[in-house]
Amino acid sequence: MKYILMMNTMKAGHGVPEWPQKDLRAHIGFMMAVNKELHERGELVSAEGLSFPDQAKLVRAGKDGRPVTDGIFPESKEFLAGFWIIDVDSPERAYEVAAMVSAAPGSGGAPLNMAIEVRPIMTGPPPDML
Amino acid sequence: MTKQWDATCEHLLRELAPQVLGSVARRFRDFSSAEDSVQEALLAAFRQWPQEGVPENPRGWLIQVACRRMTDQARSEIARRERETAVAAETENVASLLEIEADMDPDDTLILLFMCCHPALSPSSAIALTLRAVGGLTTAEIGTAFLVPEATMAQRISRAKQTIKASGTPFRLPSPQDRAGRLPTVLHVLYLIFSEGYTSSVGSHLQRFDLAREAIRLTRNTKTLIPDNAEVAGLLALMLLTDARRAARTRPGEELISLDKQDRGLWDRVEISEGIELLTAALAKGAVGLYQLQAAIAAVHDEAKRAEDTDWPQILALYELLKRVSPGPMVTLNHAIAAAMVHGPAEGLLLLRALDTDPRLATHYRLASVRAHLLEQTGDYEAAIKHYRIAAARTTSIPERNYLITQAARLSGE
Repeated sequence: MKYILMMNTMKAGHGVPEWPQKDLRAHIGFMMAVNKELHERGELVSAEGLSFPDQAKLVRAGKDGRPVTDGIFPESKEFLAGFWIIDVDSPERAYEVAAMVSAAPGSGGAPLNMAIEVRPIMTGPPPDML
Repeated sequence: MTKQWDATCEHLLRELAPQVLGSVARRFRDFSSAEDSVQEALLAAFRQWPQEGVPENPRGWLIQVACRRMTDQARSEIARRERETAVAAETENVASLLEIEADMDPDDTLILLFMCCHPALSPSSAIALTLRAVGGLTTAEIGTAFLVPEATMAQRISRAKQTIKASGTPFRLPSPQDRAGRLPTVLHVLYLIFSEGYTSSVGSHLQRFDLAREAIRLTRNTKTLIPDNAEVAGLLALMLLTDARRAARTRPGEELISLDKQDRGLWDRVEISEGIELLTAALAKGAVGLYQLQAAIAAVHDEAKRAEDTDWPQILALYELLKRVSPGPMVTLNHAIAAAMVHGPAEGLLLLRALDTDPRLATHYRLASVRAHLLEQTGDYEAAIKHYRIAAARTTSIPERNYLITQAARLSGE
């Protein structure tokens, strides 16, 4: 079963965490260790970090079908900072990975306990239909 | 003299893979390293044979290459430990290997199958390892089949082998009592490979390795190795009788077609008659099990020329048996469908109520979807629409979701 784990962070300060260097190092090291562990367990399909909201654009097609960009991101409080796609044996395992990621260390090394949105990835047709 | 490489050679490599692995693993008493070495030998064959032709003794060639890898590995290991004296002994092992090639043990493949479907492994690990060690697929092929990067699949396989190594399972057949206890796990892994072939994700359907066919091939080989077991035959029959409907199951664009609306002219008659023949022989053996019963139900469907000719009373009786042999919420659900076909939708809806309190199925899309179908049959369109939509919100299959929202739209006249 494949799941996407979406990590939403607060947009305040453009998403750039203003922590002491030691805490930033710990946070980055933690994320790298998570990816390494998921890879070694044979569960990692992909993991991507996304740019900060400064780089985000909202695009719609104009009347002529050409892209019209809305400039800066809309006024939501949270933004998607990154995601993992994992292939695991049970939903419980997906939640376990989400909890691990959620507890990434933040300022002062305290766990952030971020909200991680977990959603199943859709598959093809089920085995039988009567 | 060498033979030209053609399409049959790939098949030959897959057939030889478990034999070669069995031989090397038995010789070196190290399943995990042998498996790696054989994989390398197979990759070497895939690289070299198309250009240089297939060697006269392909099995001997593969064993030789795999053993060379084993000794290279052993040498570097030994060098690392600075125990040069042992090198001579290891080299002797290889020198005599081609001699034993002639008297290979047919049980080797069976040992491998029990090894790969080890109870300590998670289903996904057992599946990956079985496809590689017994099926002779490359890691890249398995990765593609499951839409997982090759490196991730390699890790999954390597961890599975570590688990087996840690369990201390020796490379030999389990005792007859153990074998009986472990066979259900083996059959379950084969069944999962088959059903995985049926749930292939939409976008990549075309590139996907045909897992259903691979599962049939592996089960066929298993039946040759365990010819007298009625459940092995039952599983093969179930796969064939289900696979027979494959061409009729979807329209282009992956739109699902329910069994009653399928074009039965597209069903594979050859697979159906083989399945029925296997099943008839298996049922004659006496001990009826889970796979034989499911195969029997599939056979009743396959034998009906038109959907309205389906012998539902017989299907209902088979589900009643299945409820006794292998009870579970999915069986109860399917039993309710059969009961509705025989005694009317009200009877089916009544039986579904028992599932509302079952934590495994209460929030499952299948319960809502079956309820919607039955409500539609009673003429309660409003409730049917509601349940089609509940089911659509809960399913994780795109074709199923499309099917369910379309049913709801059809009833609301949109």
